[in-house]
Amino acid sequence: MATNATSFRSKYRATMDHVVTGLAVLATALVVVPLIAIFVYLLLKGASSVNLDFFLKNPVPEGESGGGMANAIVGSGVLLGIASLIGIPIGIGAGIYLAEFGRGTRLANAVRFTADVLNGVPSIVMGLAAYSLIVIPQRHFSALSGGVALGIMMIPTVARTSEEMLLMVPNMIREAALGLGLSNWRAVLSITVRTASPGIITGCMLAFARVAGETAPLIFTALGNAFFSTNPNQPIEALPLQIWVYATGPYEDQHRLAWAGALVLIVLIVLAVSLVRYVTSRGVLKGAS
Amino acid sequence: MPKTEISAVRQFLNSRGNSAIADRVFHFLMVLCALSIFGIVILILSELMLRSSEAWHQFGFRFFSQTPAHDRYTGLPTYWDPVNGSFSALPFVFGTLVSSLLSLVISVPLAVGLAIFLTEMCPRFLRGPLAFITELLAAIPSIIYGLWAVFVLVPLLREHVNPMLVKYFGWTGFFKPDNPTGLGYVAAAVILAIMILPIISSLTREVMTAVPHSQREAVLALGATRWEMIRMGVLRNARIGIVGAVILGLGRALGETMAVTMVIGNTAEISRSLLANGSSMSSVIANEFAEAVSDLHRSSLIEIGLALFVVTIIVNAFARLLVWMVTRGAPARVH
Amino acid sequence: MGVGIEVTNLNAWYGTNHTLQDITLNIPANHATALIGPSGCGKSTFVRCLNRMHETNPIARVTGTVRIGDMDIYNDAQPVEIRRRVGMVFQRPNPFPTMSIYDNVASGLKLNGYKNKRSLDEIVERSLKNSALWDEVKDDLKSKSGASLSGGQQQRLCIARALAVDPEVLLMDEPASALDPVSTSKIEDLIFQLKSQYTIVIVTHNMQQAARVAEKTGFFLNGRMVEFDSTHKIFTNPSDKRTEDYITGRFG
Repeated sequence: MATNATSFRSKYRATMDHVVTGLAVLATALVVVPLIAIFVYLLLKGASSVNLDFFLKNPVPEGESGGGMANAIVGSGVLLGIASLIGIPIGIGAGIYLAEFGRGTRLANAVRFTADVLNGVPSIVMGLAAYSLIVIPQRHFSALSGGVALGIMMIPTVARTSEEMLLMVPNMIREAALGLGLSNWRAVLSITVRTASPGIITGCMLAFARVAGETAPLIFTALGNAFFSTNPNQPIEALPLQIWVYATGPYEDQHRLAWAGALVLIVLIVLAVSLVRYVTSRGVLKGAS
Repeated sequence: MPKTEISAVRQFLNSRGNSAIADRVFHFLMVLCALSIFGIVILILSELMLRSSEAWHQFGFRFFSQTPAHDRYTGLPTYWDPVNGSFSALPFVFGTLVSSLLSLVISVPLAVGLAIFLTEMCPRFLRGPLAFITELLAAIPSIIYGLWAVFVLVPLLREHVNPMLVKYFGWTGFFKPDNPTGLGYVAAAVILAIMILPIISSLTREVMTAVPHSQREAVLALGATRWEMIRMGVLRNARIGIVGAVILGLGRALGETMAVTMVIGNTAEISRSLLANGSSMSSVIANEFAEAVSDLHRSSLIEIGLALFVVTIIVNAFARLLVWMVTRGAPARVH
Repeated sequence: MGVGIEVTNLNAWYGTNHTLQDITLNIPANHATALIGPSGCGKSTFVRCLNRMHETNPIARVTGTVRIGDMDIYNDAQPVEIRRRVGMVFQRPNPFPTMSIYDNVASGLKLNGYKNKRSLDEIVERSLKNSALWDEVKDDLKSKSGASLSGGQQQRLCIARALAVDPEVLLMDEPASALDPVSTSKIEDLIFQLKSQYTIVIVTHNMQQAARVAEKTGFFLNGRMVEFDSTHKIFTNPSDKRTEDYITGRFG
């Protein structure tokens, strides 16, 4: 009897083990298959819609066919340029503080924690803040306000990736720099940051790619603009904004342009993510130590 | 040995200052950059409080709880009436909560299953690509998920899934067949689930790998099967971190804007049916803010934004703390 | 030309750990001085106090006086100024991985603001010749990165980098401990040639190495300097029992 009970128990345990393994595999399949499907669908739909006109022509009035997103691409460029001017230097500076000056201090822990929390704040809130800060005092929508909203969003991401990349630089490199009698700022900028620069640059690219797809903070800051503009003081079009407008409109031709726009964004993001992965897996320091 | 020239080098170096001032300035600038992160939080908070004061004075806390008026003809409640200047955030809070919680119900089991598979079972050659795909999906912008949802997911729900839900679960009262569009809470929840899955899964994986190997070996040494090892050796030790990962996913879902705006239906109503159209806090801001009809309307929308900000800050901070309690080092990063 | 070093009542701490206790000694100019002792005896901490590298660790603390030539390094000057006069070679070779061989050697001058290109070329060549690396790298000075060299070559590159700023003192913290025997003997030859021009202080756990390269040797034990004398005397007729025990291999 005892052996029977034992064998039943061990059979039950073995079955349970198989069931759970099966469930985990099923979950993985349920996650991965649709995700790959989304991806492939995007690629196919986008690839069949993208053409030279997409990059070279401005939008045509609703209902007409043809046209492209030249103004939106340039507009996104202007917005991202403003965002990078704000987000990258401040973000790298904060990263340098976290990795080189504040290591282990309470202030650094608080900054790191706040940066992570800020990363999870909805982007539409950033848009509201930029609206309140710039659009209301200026009394008009502008590329500047959109750029500021995106720039603020870049800071925590750039800060945290820069910190991580700097921490990968071995301490003996810092000692070598100090041992040569370099001043501290020289040692940090010309040696430590330069050594970590491939990683820092890709981190910036990742933050860049991420805000490149942001729509919510632009709706009531950059607003959108049917015409070609590069003036930071005027409303400006952006790729994701245009995708939104076209996707929710009724015209087949605009849907096609929306898919093409999505493909351009996706390519940008895939490039950035793969680069980050490549650089971090290879180590910031090829051949060092 | 041309010694004189070397002395020239020596002289040059000795003539360089000690750069104490430059170092101090540099240090100060870096601290300033770091402090800017606190500055951003304070700036957002103060700006939003300033610009929402009008709505706050008008409605106070009732803004999030009241039913201000009823329609004269139909007798249905009107929560949000920009033309007559009566505002209540109730339907948006409801829509945000329903779509977010529903999305957690869908995504959490799948995310944890995926994490278990990746950390404990996955053959080595699959681990890299799978991790890469999840990383990639976390980086795809909301607008693209929205685009896909509008053209693929919503028709799918409309034609196949929703009729089935009505047929088999209609008796619960949660699934009514009166919305022919396919939009609504369920559509929003499904796309949210897909979007937060990579975040929950990668963080769960991170806390599971943080469980020391000795814990697994200890359980295995007692003759446990693999599932028992995962349950007792891994999940038990990582559970606080997994809860943190789930809450972090919740934080993302609460504030997610574009994809939700594109599929939730955008009506300021509260409905018992999960297949009905609704609105979320972020979607109403995205839809109405640029064309707000009055200062009070704009102020009310900003107050909704403020509430969203405060709630996501609290939810994220709590989640980070939980994850940090398990991984100990710096709080985990989300990619 | 090198200068002498006078150390008086030097004490150092890591946190609450009193790693150096009342060290007093005179290191002669233009000679090699070896510091030996079991690991953890404080000899590395000692050399790191001679160019104020010790204090780069936030929990470290130093008291006492160190005079290098005519300069009291803890009272008369900033760390940056001292480290320009006192070169250091570390235990593990640490060339700057993103820089070419040329830039590695020139880094101490370039990054301190030295602009004269032609004299920089000369200095780089001379430093590499002095560190016996010139013949091996002269063809790809600017095309190869410092990190692409072998371990022994990297360490000689680090020596060249330290020599390029024409230091008065060269500190070497177990410079050969991470290297193979052939590279080690090259480094030792180098020290032998350099010691007529520079004051060299070399930390080593290898007693034969100390005997081969140094005129003077100090024996450290548990944070104290037990004995400091001519190398010959230390290795043939030490006055302290503990030194004798150590060099005859009875402990450590």
